[in-house]
Amino acid sequence: MRAARSPEQLDVVVTSTASDSHTWNLVYLQLTIEEAGHRVHNLGACVPDDEVVDECLRRRPDLLVVSSVNGHGFTDGLRLITALRSCDDLRGLPVVIGGKLGICGTAGVHGELLEAGYDALFEDDPELARFRGFLDSLVLVRR
Amino acid sequence: MISFGGFVRAARARGRLVVQPRMGMSDPATMRAGLLATRDAAATTVGTITVDSYTRVGDNTGAALALARGSAMNGYPITAHSRRTTRRVLHGLGFPVQVRHGSAMPGDIVSALVAAGMHATEGGPVSYCLPYSRLPLRDSVENWTRASERLAAVPDHHMETFGGCMMGQLCPPSVLVAITVLEALFFRQRGLRSISLSYAQQTSPAQDVEAVAALTSLAGELLPDVDWHVVIYAYMGVFPRTPAGARRLMAEAARLAVTTGAARLIVKTEAEVHRIPSVAENVAALEHAGDVAALCTPAPADGRDTETYAEARAMIDAVLDLDADVGIALDKGFSAGYLDVPFCLHPDNAGRARSYLDQDGQLRWSATGSLPIGGPSAHRRDMTSSDLLAALSYMERRCDTN
Ligand code: B12
Repeated sequence: MRAARSPEQLDVVVTSTASDSHTWNLVYLQLTIEEAGHRVHNLGACVPDDEVVDECLRRRPDLLVVSSVNGHGFTDGLRLITALRSCDDLRGLPVVIGGKLGICGTAGVHGELLEAGYDALFEDDPELARFRGFLDSLVLVRR
Repeated sequence: MISFGGFVRAARARGRLVVQPRMGMSDPATMRAGLLATRDAAATTVGTITVDSYTRVGDNTGAALALARGSAMNGYPITAHSRRTTRRVLHGLGFPVQVRHGSAMPGDIVSALVAAGMHATEGGPVSYCLPYSRLPLRDSVENWTRASERLAAVPDHHMETFGGCMMGQLCPPSVLVAITVLEALFFRQRGLRSISLSYAQQTSPAQDVEAVAALTSLAGELLPDVDWHVVIYAYMGVFPRTPAGARRLMAEAARLAVTTGAARLIVKTEAEVHRIPSVAENVAALEHAGDVAALCTPAPADGRDTETYAEARAMIDAVLDLDADVGIALDKGFSAGYLDVPFCLHPDNAGRARSYLDQDGQLRWSATGSLPIGGPSAHRRDMTSSDLLAALSYMERRCDTN
């Protein structure tokens, strides 16, 4: 499935959640991740949970990035990670989530999402430096 | 319920701009309170019920589940709530209410709004598919055909096309004008006779004035037997962060609406960049827009002799030539790349056209792909993530720091 590549290059899948149609966030994240030297497959808007699971099983990415800004990210994100983690082959897949996750901000949803299986959670804009740092650590861990 | 199209016509005759919120709450009591506050605002208003994202993508179970759990959604789940509940929300309001929904599968939503006694909604086969869904365009055309025919059978019906917004930002006006006119022609062919055509404020006031003039001229030429008006959307891209910046941007939108002779304006609020606005924030935005509008004077211009008109006309003619059925023509037009929306990820969008902001904040083509307008067909240089963010935050910078 994969072409030959350097160990520094991650295969990353970027996706929205099932109910969220915003895509500027996805386009922006794709560019950011590519500029850090990695390969991105962008699944686009309104991706049903099953399709995310299938794509991850097929592509076996090094990282799944979930982005949502429509205010349903907490509920949709929780359902999605439960589906992913209940799949034996995806239990160890690094998965992160970020964006505008609740209709009243992200406060209070951190714990529950991490508990349910996300490896990291990123708030609205100020967190991109931390996200780039996360990509770097993933490369270091893989080497 | 009072006729939506008739209300706008009457306001226009009195020289009043109709202002309208983008408002939707999942709790029926809050939704009703929002509608009452909209009605009672010190401006000429119509009401809005904005539908939540689960209902938009056809996930009625998700909407019902959220209701049962009491978790707030980003809109009013019109198909999950019973007809009785919605009728109670609307009871005795005495002003027209429009349902706004963003769905490529609008069948159940249109049935629910008609069952609750309403007759006005919006969207379109393209504008509610490409930015809102992963459904094939062809399926959306079919769904919108059925929903439009259903609404056309309702006396006093009104349909607005969302074609003047698309991705909300970075789309050169000629494509927006072409799509909004083509969707209006689609609605007309499906039997609708009261139609509004939209245009979303972009980054340059001068370019916006030209675009609305071009749109108004095209509507006059192509919709002779329809009761139509133009509706302006206050900026639909990344919003200023400061309350003063947001108010400045909204004032520009109100001025654009009045000077171009548009009949209606849909506002945004100071909360836009942060979260879903409260009822009070919506009322403040409506009254601010109404106050600014009252200070402006209409000065509509003939749009036929403009670049926006020429480009939009070329796209409209190229698409209409593809088939006598406007729905089929739209689908073929996107396959051919005669219509192409920059930065849209939908699989049925050609994705060969690209835009940029020039030094004056005007939207320009860096690549026109197969658009029938000439110009550079391939772009010179890819945008980096910081170029993209700079373009997306242009209005935020301009309004917050002035
Ligand atoms: C453009 C826009 C649209 C366009 C989108 C077109 C498209 N296909 O993309 C249109 C008009 C179609 C639209 C529709 C809707 N929208 Co909208 N939209 C916006 C708007 C104005 C700008 C978004 C944008 O372009 N941002 C630019 C990108 C680059 O930034 P970003 O998305 O904020 O993401 C940044 C960070 O969050 C972060 N980030 C995001 N994800 C991730 C993930 C990771 C891992 C990391 C590290 C970082 C990260 O990185 C980005 C760069 O800093 C915002 C308000 C605003 N910001 O001004 C509302 C907004 C996001 N929309 C909103 C809503 C609710 C909707 C609708 C549901 C309609 C409604 N009820 O109002 C529908 C969506 C329907 C659906 N099924 O989901 C709300 C969300 C409310 C909330 N979260 O509390 C907002 C905030 C407006 C509001 N105040 O009500 N929208």
